[in-house]
Amino acid sequence: MRHGANLVDGLVVPAIAVLATAVVFGVFVAIDGVNPVDVFALMIKGSFGSWFSLQNTLLRASPLLLTALCTALPAQMGMVVIGGEGALVLGGLAAVAVGVPLAGTALPVWLIQLAMALAAMFVGGLVIGFVGLLRQWRGVSETISSLLLTYIAIAVFNQLVEGLMRDPSSLNKPSTAALPDDVMLASIPGTNVHWGLMFGVVFCLLTYILLYHTTFGFSARIVGGNVRAARMAGLPVGTLVLAVTFLGGAAAGLAGMIEVAAVQGRANASLAAGYGFTGILVAFLARQNPLGVIPVAVLLGGIAASGGLLQRRLGLPDATTLVLQGILFVILLSSETLSGRIRLRPRAAP
Amino acid sequence: MSEVILGWWGVPIAVMAGAIRVSTPFLFVSLGECITEKSGRINLGLEGTLVMGAMAGYGTAFLSGSPWLGVLAAGVVGMLFGCLHALLCGLPKVNDIALGIALMLFGTGLAFFLGKPFIQPHAPGLPAFDLGWWSAIPQLREALKVNALFLAGVVLAPALRWGLDHTRWGMIVRIVGDSADAALALGYSPNRVRLAATAFGGFMAGVGGSFLSLYYPGAWSESLSSGQGITAVALVIFARWNPMYCFWASLLFGGASALGPALQSVGVTAGYYLFNAAPYMLTLAILIAASSSRRRLAGTPSELSVTR
Repeated sequence: MRHGANLVDGLVVPAIAVLATAVVFGVFVAIDGVNPVDVFALMIKGSFGSWFSLQNTLLRASPLLLTALCTALPAQMGMVVIGGEGALVLGGLAAVAVGVPLAGTALPVWLIQLAMALAAMFVGGLVIGFVGLLRQWRGVSETISSLLLTYIAIAVFNQLVEGLMRDPSSLNKPSTAALPDDVMLASIPGTNVHWGLMFGVVFCLLTYILLYHTTFGFSARIVGGNVRAARMAGLPVGTLVLAVTFLGGAAAGLAGMIEVAAVQGRANASLAAGYGFTGILVAFLARQNPLGVIPVAVLLGGIAASGGLLQRRLGLPDATTLVLQGILFVILLSSETLSGRIRLRPRAAP
Repeated sequence: MSEVILGWWGVPIAVMAGAIRVSTPFLFVSLGECITEKSGRINLGLEGTLVMGAMAGYGTAFLSGSPWLGVLAAGVVGMLFGCLHALLCGLPKVNDIALGIALMLFGTGLAFFLGKPFIQPHAPGLPAFDLGWWSAIPQLREALKVNALFLAGVVLAPALRWGLDHTRWGMIVRIVGDSADAALALGYSPNRVRLAATAFGGFMAGVGGSFLSLYYPGAWSESLSSGQGITAVALVIFARWNPMYCFWASLLFGGASALGPALQSVGVTAGYYLFNAAPYMLTLAILIAASSSRRRLAGTPSELSVTR
């Protein structure tokens, strides 16, 4: 019986929400004078319809996997952290700061990449770990402090990119020095998709195992369920909060490293592209479940990937995919209210 | 009139000019959000509402030729967004923070989508009052050109402060924000009161957006807002949910964001971006200093999800 309820909440409710989104968005484009059927056909073609578009989708999903964890991990402890964007940009910057000097040395490439990833994760972890610390130490709301830290982190990022770490030859768009091609993350053989996607998937899987199959994860979830009970049971609440927020920040920091070391090649303003904010919504739509993050991130990557085709073929503005994302988020989040209320079979008489 | 060389004196004048000019959107968004948060709900979607308001205000002013009609349209569009947030958050199990971020994306996307035709044309702007006629220094005169919306905000801030403290409506909003159960016991529906408070917040955010497109910078573009909507949400916390403090905090935030460019003009270029982030650092520092793991900030609405 319990299992049946999970099935309804996990599949039927989101399915209704996606259907409702399709209807609302269909009406929206129809008002704009475009046939909704054409739009949906093109969207499927542009996101999952061909090998090329599928790869595009996966590329766009890759950073979302990790930034979503930045919200999903602290959520296990009942915290709403929205600072993934800040951890991402500073993580990316840390990766360049470590990667560029090391690239000149004789170290093997994998070791340089590892150092970059660790630096990014450490810096990202510090940012969100600080949020956890403030929460534990001063009772500062983690939502507000992480929001403020995002803006502070982006300012620090801009300051360093245009000042101390600026490559003098980058004139129009201030950037750091570029990573040499040989330390960039390679593509998965046979595809255009870089290994960063795999990092994201593995990180999600490991997080799932950590949360649901270890004592650490169990303790963290007890804290999320009832702090007082956790204290009574003698759990180290402060340490758990710090560890989990650090880990969440590390995930977002790693996303920054991947964006720099696989896509951009250097750190500049393009790094703050909003992946951190979209990640928050991915986490909520996945109900803070690290495994659920994977399909949701791919779905949103698909919507983003299909934007180009809509623009070229139907002349729709590039903001169309933003509108669709917005409608989808609003409806999916509102559909939470249906969970636990729909039954496949009528209730048996008592 | 030619510019007078002011040297370092230019810095405080520029900061004052910035405080007046840049603070207006902060002021409107934060006054509205202050009332919303007082009723126990947080609307992070105001960034989207602000951008929607900027687009709707500019579009209406362009089509009708009247900037004030634009301001009204911006407010109405903002109010609709506020109602949407409030109605959806009124459903059980819907998270107001996440829904706010979703509406932020939706509002921004919709404004970009509908605003494409308004990027090029020129719409009539809002008038300004020249309060610096007595001065011979052009920079000072420029700084004292005060726009009408700012003056409206100056009147509104103490009025809201008074209204929250001394009227029946203010009392109801505060009761709902402090204890939904108590409000229910008194016969007030928390959802209905929050709907009104969030609609008001949306209206104000829309008007704040119309200031951006109709006065300063004074044209609709997709890069119009640099996060003023979301900053204003932080500003309300900085102002401890007091409309009068919202006013002073808006001036402070506006002045702080003018400090970087002003210092740059006298040759101090170090730390340009850090000056821009000064308001956020200040807010965080005050939060750290004033919070405690045992009690909350004075004036905090107990029902507010981010402070629970």
